[in-house]
Amino acid sequence: MSEILEKQVFSLPKSLKDVPTHFCPGCHHGIIHRLVAQTIDDLKLQDISICVGSVGCSVFIYDYIDVDTVEAPHGRAPAVATGIKRARPENFVFAYQGDGDLAAIGFSEIVHCANRGERVTIVFVNNTVYGMTGGQMAPTTLLGQKTTTTPYGRSESNEGYPLKMAEMLASLEGTAFSARVAVNNIKNLMKTKKALKKAFMVQLEDLGFGFVEILSACPTNWHLTPLEANMRVEKEMMKYFPLGIYKDKLEDKK
Amino acid sequence: MSRIEIREERCKGCLLCTSVCPENILVQGNVINSKGYKVITCDEEKKENCRGCGFCAEICPDGAIVVFKTIKPKGSK
Amino acid sequence: MDKNKNNKERMLVKGNEAIAIGALDAGVECYFAYPITPQSDIPEYLSRELVKLGGEFLQAESEIASINMVLGAGACGKRAMTSSSSPGISLKQEGISYMAASEIPGVIVNITRGGPGLGGIQPSQGDYFQATRGGGHGDYRTLVLAPSTCQECYDLTIDAFDLAFKYRNPVLILGDAILGQMKEPIVRWKERTINPNEGNEWKLTGKKGRAQRILKSLYLGDGEMEAHNMKLWKKYKSMEQDVRWEEFLVDDAEVVAVAFGSIGRIAKSSARKLREKGYKVGVFRPITLFPFPYEPLRKLAISGKRFITIENNTGQMVEDVKLAICGVGETEFFANMPGKVSTPEDFLEPIKKMF
Repeated sequence: MSEILEKQVFSLPKSLKDVPTHFCPGCHHGIIHRLVAQTIDDLKLQDISICVGSVGCSVFIYDYIDVDTVEAPHGRAPAVATGIKRARPENFVFAYQGDGDLAAIGFSEIVHCANRGERVTIVFVNNTVYGMTGGQMAPTTLLGQKTTTTPYGRSESNEGYPLKMAEMLASLEGTAFSARVAVNNIKNLMKTKKALKKAFMVQLEDLGFGFVEILSACPTNWHLTPLEANMRVEKEMMKYFPLGIYKDKLEDKK
Repeated sequence: MSRIEIREERCKGCLLCTSVCPENILVQGNVINSKGYKVITCDEEKKENCRGCGFCAEICPDGAIVVFKTIKPKGSK
Repeated sequence: MDKNKNNKERMLVKGNEAIAIGALDAGVECYFAYPITPQSDIPEYLSRELVKLGGEFLQAESEIASINMVLGAGACGKRAMTSSSSPGISLKQEGISYMAASEIPGVIVNITRGGPGLGGIQPSQGDYFQATRGGGHGDYRTLVLAPSTCQECYDLTIDAFDLAFKYRNPVLILGDAILGQMKEPIVRWKERTINPNEGNEWKLTGKKGRAQRILKSLYLGDGEMEAHNMKLWKKYKSMEQDVRWEEFLVDDAEVVAVAFGSIGRIAKSSARKLREKGYKVGVFRPITLFPFPYEPLRKLAISGKRFITIENNTGQMVEDVKLAICGVGETEFFANMPGKVSTPEDFLEPIKKMF
């Protein structure tokens, strides 16, 4: 008689708390939080990580990722991360921010943090809208996109063009890794894993500032179903925000 | 045949898993969990085609899917 | 702490430098700031000296960035400081509110200048309200220390760090342009010490061997906000044990001038001059502006003294004086207008009018 053996092939990362989340159905934060936790586990960083939380739907990151965490005021996470890393360079320091936090109110902080080549890693979740506050325009809102503060669609003449953060930060000498990825399908999700690992590695190898921009869906504020929202990431967002690795000092090192 | 288990209380009915299953096994079920979401389920006729690839679990934002891959049975040729 | 003046370094320095030196000796490990007149001597001094001692110095891109860097370093239990002047301190209010709410220690130095707005680089005391009434949003307080001499600049900076960690709170040092720029000898009595165990119970170090620590200020759960605010309120009340003030020639004084910082010091000179002419004048100088020395001031009022509050603004501390003596005394107010650099002569007539 032969036995049927099976093994569990997927499990949640150790540093991700196994709790229900407050995220909306189909929100990509759930995926990205898990990938960040997975990377922490893969690189054995849980015991030495210090996370800087930001303001937005991800404000409760400390309820989900089990590492020492400090909350930063809106937009200031890169400055707080700088303070932490200067105080405790032996720790692994990362921040997780949305598009309002990073590209609007926190624009100065992220640019200067990257410019100084701070040995920190920033995960940037770009969903072209302000989620937590109910769907207002973000710096990454696409032209023509309707939001609660651009009811006629974002216009170039009034609001200007959306900001492309991965490219901009890649142009700075201090940036050691900058990439734009997505989690809308498995192929892109695997690339996101790789990008996160590299963004973490440039800190561990003392090469400079690490940055990953992750295109994400916000079904609730886009007024789409989760599946439709997922499609929008590919059909609309990737056209303006191309996926790619814009800077990789790890590759250059080889 | 590999299989998945669904943690019904975690599922938010987002259906992202249905977009990645290579065998199209996952469908929206009729069970509504205590949070009010329609929980995902496996199509009875297709579920034996499960490859244990884990794609559904990878894309799930809520950790609602556990994947078991069948290892070749002992003693089989 | 003992001030051992034997064999201790004596230096002739600006008030700003005295603060920087006090910070070094207090064990400051991280300093982040942005230049602004009249306090740029502080970052300039520390840019040279702090790195020699293995500390971290960074000129940040703004006052906002620098207070947030202090927040980060403080979250790790390191003694961290920032300094600025009035408009820059306005920018820091958000960060200070967050630090107070998350109970993260740090020292913030305000070398006050003329205001409001861009104002000017002349001295003023126009930030008293900002300093003592929280300044930022929410129900919080910072301890506020107001030096009046270069020696006090040094001494109180050392105290500021100790108090910040004692209470897990931001502490403000409120100076002004006169104090920042004038030179006086100081005795550098403290040896720089860093305590690696400071903050062991709460600081972020990585969760090895223990549970996760979270430093935050968001309280949404049922009853959480009330409980947190109650905790902070009790803490601020307990700060009263560290209240400080100076009484100068008050015992037989008929009129007491109430003044803080450099104006307090100048008022003492005015009092001496008036005493020579037979006027019985004293000076009550609050040193902690929060907690304010209400009780000792009230005692003087009960004993029948009359008061004149003198400030380099249009009337801020005078409200605390009125609170202190309400029902048992009254105070006149003399505004040494912001921007006007005071001399002892300026206060003679206003005080004489009280007799």
